Amino acid sequence: MLGTRIDLPFRRDQASRFLPWLIALMVYLAALAVGISAVLGSAAENWRNDLSGNLTVEIPPVLHTPDAAQATDARVARAVEILLALPATRSAKAISAAEGLRLLEPWIGSGDIAIDLPLPRLIDLQVDPDSASDADSIRAALEGEVPGVRVDDHGRWVGRLLALIRSIEAVAMAVVLLIGAASILAVVFVTQTGLAVHNDVIEVLHLVGARDRYIAGQFQRHALNQAARGTLAGTVLALVTILGLTLIGAPADLPLLPTMRLGLNGWLALAAVPLAALAIAALTARMTVLRALHRMP
Amino acid sequence: MLEGKDAPRGVSPEKHWIQKRRLAYPGRAKVMTTPHGDEMDNTEPVVRFENVGMRYGAGTEVLSDISFDLEPGAFRFLVGPSGAGKSSLLRLMYLAQRPSRGLITLFGRDTATLPRADMPLLRRKIGVVFQDFRLLDHLSTLDNVALPLRVAGVSESQVRAHAAELLEWVGLADHLDAKPEVLSGGEQQRVAIARAVINRPNVLLADEPTGNVDDRIAVRLMYLFEELNKLGTTVVIATHNQSLVSRFRHDILMLQDGRLTVPGRPRGTTA
Repeated sequence: MLGTRIDLPFRRDQASRFLPWLIALMVYLAALAVGISAVLGSAAENWRNDLSGNLTVEIPPVLHTPDAAQATDARVARAVEILLALPATRSAKAISAAEGLRLLEPWIGSGDIAIDLPLPRLIDLQVDPDSASDADSIRAALEGEVPGVRVDDHGRWVGRLLALIRSIEAVAMAVVLLIGAASILAVVFVTQTGLAVHNDVIEVLHLVGARDRYIAGQFQRHALNQAARGTLAGTVLALVTILGLTLIGAPADLPLLPTMRLGLNGWLALAAVPLAALAIAALTARMTVLRALHRMP
Repeated sequence: MLEGKDAPRGVSPEKHWIQKRRLAYPGRAKVMTTPHGDEMDNTEPVVRFENVGMRYGAGTEVLSDISFDLEPGAFRFLVGPSGAGKSSLLRLMYLAQRPSRGLITLFGRDTATLPRADMPLLRRKIGVVFQDFRLLDHLSTLDNVALPLRVAGVSESQVRAHAAELLEWVGLADHLDAKPEVLSGGEQQRVAIARAVINRPNVLLADEPTGNVDDRIAVRLMYLFEELNKLGTTVVIATHNQSLVSRFRHDILMLQDGRLTVPGRPRGTTA
């Protein structure tokens, strides 16, 4: 349907010379937005998976007794015992006082001040994510023997973080849609300019018996050629940028953050960007020409 | 080109040139068909105008109450002073313009109710030689002539063979790859004619086809049109050239101030 020949002198069309540059820019920005969105989406998913079934049990220390340390250890041991007896529990590991202090070192430093603080003892609890056990039921099971116990399923801050990531993803998708709309407008403008520039040739083609779709096919093919050049440039540039960011981010070992990777879905989404750009350019040019020709005698 | 120096005694070089090429031209079938491929009645007019009026935009009518028929195989001169509406009448015939009133029937089909999808099929049955040739200057001579076949979806091997054959027929075999800008006026005219006839049209419309060539070439082009007419093509030639009209003596359509005034034979001739 597209044919292999182009009968219209598109080389004389100044406006269409900018189309590859415009498409390159659009593809670059869209690919970055899609890439960032995919990385964040993948991170959120990893985060959710990592924290699913993971709870922290806080045992308040026994204070103001001569054998406070031993009493606290006994309370922790009893709590572990109760937790291990729960059917949903996969593991329950008490974190020693020294380990707990090390976790807090980045905030309160090391030394006597930390030792003197009445810090709660922690138990790292893993439960079956599919079970009905939640923080409330576990706390209820413990509260009889461990007064003041707290069970944190990290839901509050993880939920807020995930909401933030979802918001960024939504903004990224909106940016991609806006870029798509801008691309459509650019192709419409270039095509309409081409129709005006080549009006005489189009009339001759009509008069020798060309169908509208033959002429539309010529514009479609030209737009596809132009878009292919722009898409190639934009995609290569975006890949270099994303790979560069990945390399820069790789050595940063941040324990609170999940791994930032594009993932298979991310790569597939990224591959869809140039294909979408080509489809937008070709179809927009075709539809624009067909609409314009329909108004001609 | 258009040489005919080896013409036998008593035969004009022009006529000899045509005769030599007569067999070479792939003459179309005498049976005409509608755009849908149905066989047409050979007595039915290929073109019929009934009380046609035409105006550009909201302007005054440039054509008023035009009524005439063109039978298959007819040859008409369309004459009249500048501004009389000759080109406008041709534009109506080759569907570049819609009438503001009246009825135009081409090959038995009312053009007012013609679906847009059928217009290309109808246009392929009408060859047009424009006054200013309207060759596409970015295409070679061969590609210009081949255009009607290419838009009709004919295979590339047939397109090239047929276009080359036709260019040889009009004496431009040595200019297949030349761009129109390097051709003389007469050569461009012949390219335009070759493009107009390559689809073997039922109707050939020519707008001042001799306006840009000298009298010698003009006469030769007229022989070419007559030869096509003999092969069954209905020919309408809009011209200012009174001597040509007198010399070739075909029926005329005369336009005066947008009205068809004296349809019939040229003055001084009999039916």
